[in-house]
Amino acid sequence: MTARVVAWLSEGTWHAVVDSVARVLEATNSSPEVVLLHVLDSQVGEAVHGAFGGLLGRGMRERDPGTAVTDAGRAAAAELLEAARRRLGAPAELVVRAGRIEREVVAACAGADLLVCARDGDRSRLGPHSLGHHTRFVVDHAPCAVLLIWPDAAPALASIPSPP
Amino acid sequence: MVSGVAAEALALALLAGVLLFAMLQPRGLPEAALAVPAAAVIVVLGIVSPAEALRQLQTLGPTVGFLAAILVLAYLADAAGMFTWLGGFLGKLSAGQPVRLLGLVFAAAAVITAVLSLDATVVLLTPVVFRTAVSLGLRAKPHVYACTHLANSASTLLPVSNLTNLLAFSATGLSFLQFAALMGLPWLAVIAVEYVAFRWFFRDDLRPAPASAGTESHRDEAHRDEAHRDKEMAPDKEMARITAPPVFVFAVLGITLLGFGASGLVGVEPVWVAVAGAAVLAVRSRVRGEISVSGLVREASPLFCLFVFALGIVVAGATGHGMGRALGAMLPTEPTFAGLLGVALIAAVLANVVNNLPATLVMLGVLGLDPHPGLVLAMLIGVNVGPNLTYVGSLATLLWRRVLARREAAPTLTEFLRLGALTVPIGLLAGVAALWFGLTLGGGMQ
Repeated sequence: MTARVVAWLSEGTWHAVVDSVARVLEATNSSPEVVLLHVLDSQVGEAVHGAFGGLLGRGMRERDPGTAVTDAGRAAAAELLEAARRRLGAPAELVVRAGRIEREVVAACAGADLLVCARDGDRSRLGPHSLGHHTRFVVDHAPCAVLLIWPDAAPALASIPSPP
Repeated sequence: MVSGVAAEALALALLAGVLLFAMLQPRGLPEAALAVPAAAVIVVLGIVSPAEALRQLQTLGPTVGFLAAILVLAYLADAAGMFTWLGGFLGKLSAGQPVRLLGLVFAAAAVITAVLSLDATVVLLTPVVFRTAVSLGLRAKPHVYACTHLANSASTLLPVSNLTNLLAFSATGLSFLQFAALMGLPWLAVIAVEYVAFRWFFRDDLRPAPASAGTESHRDEAHRDEAHRDKEMAPDKEMARITAPPVFVFAVLGITLLGFGASGLVGVEPVWVAVAGAAVLAVRSRVRGEISVSGLVREASPLFCLFVFALGIVVAGATGHGMGRALGAMLPTEPTFAGLLGVALIAAVLANVVNNLPATLVMLGVLGLDPHPGLVLAMLIGVNVGPNLTYVGSLATLLWRRVLARREAAPTLTEFLRLGALTVPIGLLAGVAALWFGLTLGGGMQ
């Protein structure tokens, strides 16, 4: 049975995640299945949909900007994953999911052996807040090992404040 | 002839039915399909006398005409490429920095809402902003939510910014310029509250991209050709390219805006200024083949205009028999700070229970024939800022969507609701405080 690696890719930080997956592939002898995952936040389209509903039907249904936003989001997700596959330079399955981001990521990890994802919080002050709330949930609930990477250079040891 | 309690109950039931129908639009039927028969029933049963109904239609006439003209104006600006240009322009100015883009989106959404009404921001600006954010490789959520929020909360500045303002404009007795002068400070105060809240609420989504983003991977730098690199860094070239600015549209909009300001001085109804601006753009777009005449008529939303007329009569029936007096007894009558805040809060609650359009009609009916302008403006702050509390503008719609959600697995917007709970109370408070300050400064505004 081959191992399965899921890479969760988000706007801004996906380059570093793909590069880490490439390093994982180089380091292993077996060739694991790679899944490149992007999750669309369905709340965005729904919020726009709702704002349009608030206008009480002024303008026609077919002009619902929520639909336009959702469609544009799907197209952008496909492009992001395609760019990621090119950067990886290895075969990979491309998966787009939509829903609550953190729950969809965890659900996509069913049967996976490793999840690779990036910190998405405040990296200017190292500490608990370097994990945003999506990543926090994913790290806490992932059903597999998690490789949590720094999207930019890892901080130096000297960045740790001295003990009180 | 129905009167008293029976009339009140029947009118309220009809109002509830009309609003429910408008929110659900069963089989895609227009909202006027039930509102017009309901209004007819109200008049036939004598709940509203024919003379009173005629008076309602006369008051609503310029308002509805104004709405149609503004809807057409926004549509024509879009047909001439203004929003596409704006998307590219915002993207370029932002230099890919999420915080800078948020500031630009705030400015754009606030101005578009003020000048071309909240409809233009929701229907035309939001999709453009989404595509701009995505083409820059940024998270679109803060920017899209900024559009949906400001469409409501930044719609207080001018009488044209929101249909609610148009409905209340004549009741204020103010000129276009006086309205804008009194609402300028509240407008800025509410936007400032929104901006601070957004910066904090979306701090995770607004982090600058790490330095590694867009660089070559460590593996195959040598093999990569230029075309691939371009594709990876600018996934949506169409958006990145900026078209020529639509100078003519900006000129017409600018002159229209000046015309609004001057309308009070020369004694012309501002609705004619809007019609003139729309006509100039329409003729040009028609000559250039950008629009069709049928498209123009459709964009003026004649059925929705009919709905507003009918709703006005139904609301008059519902408020004219006791409920109006009961609500009126609850409303403050003096434009003190507490009085203004009270009116704004009641208006905000009402706008969230039903929708801000009927809420405005009800509040105007309750405030009476000659209310203090400050109270009308406070009411507008309430009905305009309030709807952000429930993302669909009313509790009724929200509950209905929850019923649907159980069937279709549509998401519940806990995040959007938390954002509203954060911005609306503070925004209302800041807006009313700014209005009170302006009124006091202006010597009480007789």
